[in-house]
Amino acid sequence: MEPLLKGTNLVKRYGKVTALDHCDFDLYPGEILAVIGDNGAGKSTLIKAISGAVIPDEGEITLEGKPIRFSNPIEARAAGIETVYQTLAMSPALSIADNMFMGRELRAPGIMGSVFRKLDRPRMEKFAREKLNELGLMTIQNINQAVETLSGGQRQGVAVARAAAFGSKVVILDEPTAALGVKESRRVLELIRDVRARGIPIILISHNMPHVFEVADRIHIHRLGKRLCVIKPGEHSMSDAVAYMTGAKLPEGVAEPV
Amino acid sequence: MASDAKTASSFEEGLKGASEKVAEFHEEQSFLKRLQHWLHQTPSAVPLIVLMVALLVFGVLAENFFKAGTLSVVLQQIAIVGILGCAQSIVILTAGIDLSVGAIAVFSSVLMGQATFRYGVPAELAIVIGLILGTAMGAMNGLLIAKMKLPPFIATLGTWQILLSANFIFSANETIRSSDIAERAAALQFWGGSIQPGGIKILYAVFLMIALVAIMSYVLRSTAWGRHVYATGDDPQAAELAGVPTGKVLIQVYALAGFFCAVAGWVMIGRFGSVSPTASTGQLGNIQSITAVVIGGISLFGGRGSVVGMFFGALIVGVFEMGLRLVGTDPQWTFFLIGVLIIFAVAVDQWIRKVAS
Repeated sequence: MEPLLKGTNLVKRYGKVTALDHCDFDLYPGEILAVIGDNGAGKSTLIKAISGAVIPDEGEITLEGKPIRFSNPIEARAAGIETVYQTLAMSPALSIADNMFMGRELRAPGIMGSVFRKLDRPRMEKFAREKLNELGLMTIQNINQAVETLSGGQRQGVAVARAAAFGSKVVILDEPTAALGVKESRRVLELIRDVRARGIPIILISHNMPHVFEVADRIHIHRLGKRLCVIKPGEHSMSDAVAYMTGAKLPEGVAEPV
Repeated sequence: MASDAKTASSFEEGLKGASEKVAEFHEEQSFLKRLQHWLHQTPSAVPLIVLMVALLVFGVLAENFFKAGTLSVVLQQIAIVGILGCAQSIVILTAGIDLSVGAIAVFSSVLMGQATFRYGVPAELAIVIGLILGTAMGAMNGLLIAKMKLPPFIATLGTWQILLSANFIFSANETIRSSDIAERAAALQFWGGSIQPGGIKILYAVFLMIALVAIMSYVLRSTAWGRHVYATGDDPQAAELAGVPTGKVLIQVYALAGFFCAVAGWVMIGRFGSVSPTASTGQLGNIQSITAVVIGGISLFGGRGSVVGMFFGALIVGVFEMGLRLVGTDPQWTFFLIGVLIIFAVAVDQWIRKVAS
């Protein structure tokens, strides 16, 4: 099977710091791929390179076999790659509905939309409410309340719902459960499975080993700016994975990185 | 893998039988808290209340105050500041500031005048040229801020001086007299015209200002572009990641601000009759418009407030000036009170924004 999304030889330098050091990356159709790694290993840079937030200095990324080169996140989104950033990328003073449709607003039908560019608020609000209900975030009483009035977990839920609703090819989740309680984390994990059930592969970046081992089909271990190895959760233990990513132990068949 | 999953989530078995609801809090909210929350949602309420109080106080103190004639003069006085305020509002909503608004207005009016009188361009075409050049000046601000990443305060501090001096150099400090304009290029004075229902004079300029406020209020509230302006000011990084082309939005905002300034320049010709490169708007337009915006409850930190609030802010200044003159106090009291109002408005903004955290 061909990878849906493939990165080859990706390099990204920030001055003297090399964040990505000839890194390879593969995502297969319909899978949940977890990306784990120590702090500063370059996970975030890898994700940003895929989602268009960072332009790699070298290397090639292909989506469905075709080379892609995003110069900003909007292009990645147009190609069907949807990302939930750790910072959530939401405008605090704007409403939930506004945030969900930021950058892809719906316009009212007829002349009001085409000439006067009026937003179709009712349709946007209805859609936003449906998506939040799917996620079980019902205590949000008012879809027009500002995002800053939500709790951290609710905000994260809105960001995840946004990505799940619009991602058509790939959904990338950067630490989606970091700010969530036990119940909310469970819902996010269920949502991740739902998205996979729709045939959309997911990249999950997380430090939470139980979550990673529970939902991931494969685990990409990132170390010192490149892919150290890819393991299957059934074949390795959590402590192995932690040992690999911190350099305490080397996986079989991998030479010590120089 | 299955067994792994079980051990991984075994701690969650404690969830069985737990409430399915997400935590809800029903705290007894004090009046102050509810007021804070309400103001947070309707930022133009504060200036509206201040305006009402000011109208009441002056209505009692000065017997001539509540006359249609007086109120129409107030509107007439704030027409230019109100239009410059539209420009300043959209800029400040992006967490920027435009110190060059007055300079663009004066330079545009001079360009319109000189195009007609020095180069013989028909007045209507001269107006179009002035509007285009004003928009270009605003776009230049936008490029400096969005592309060269200069802080808006510094960029427009620079262009303010540049445009104002270019205006003096280009015009050779020459004023075009009102009578000449009326004779040869009446279109330049269009906004000085008025309707007089029942003897009360209302300038076209007043209708223009109200129309611009209404249009911008609609654009900011009900179009995607308006939402993008707020998002850009609220958190530019988040907006960029969420798919807002923030650089483009900034350039468009400053260019549109430049256009409004050029419109204000055209209105100035109507209001004053003549075209004067030394009009005080060049020096004071920025401070006056920022005052209207701040008193109107638009946050200098961006992303919060409404253009209708700015309109109320401009009205408050106009009502204070007129009211205090009718009461017969020293005119310095106007500035004293406006200074107090600015500090009050910013303090209220800080207090309201605490709801967010």
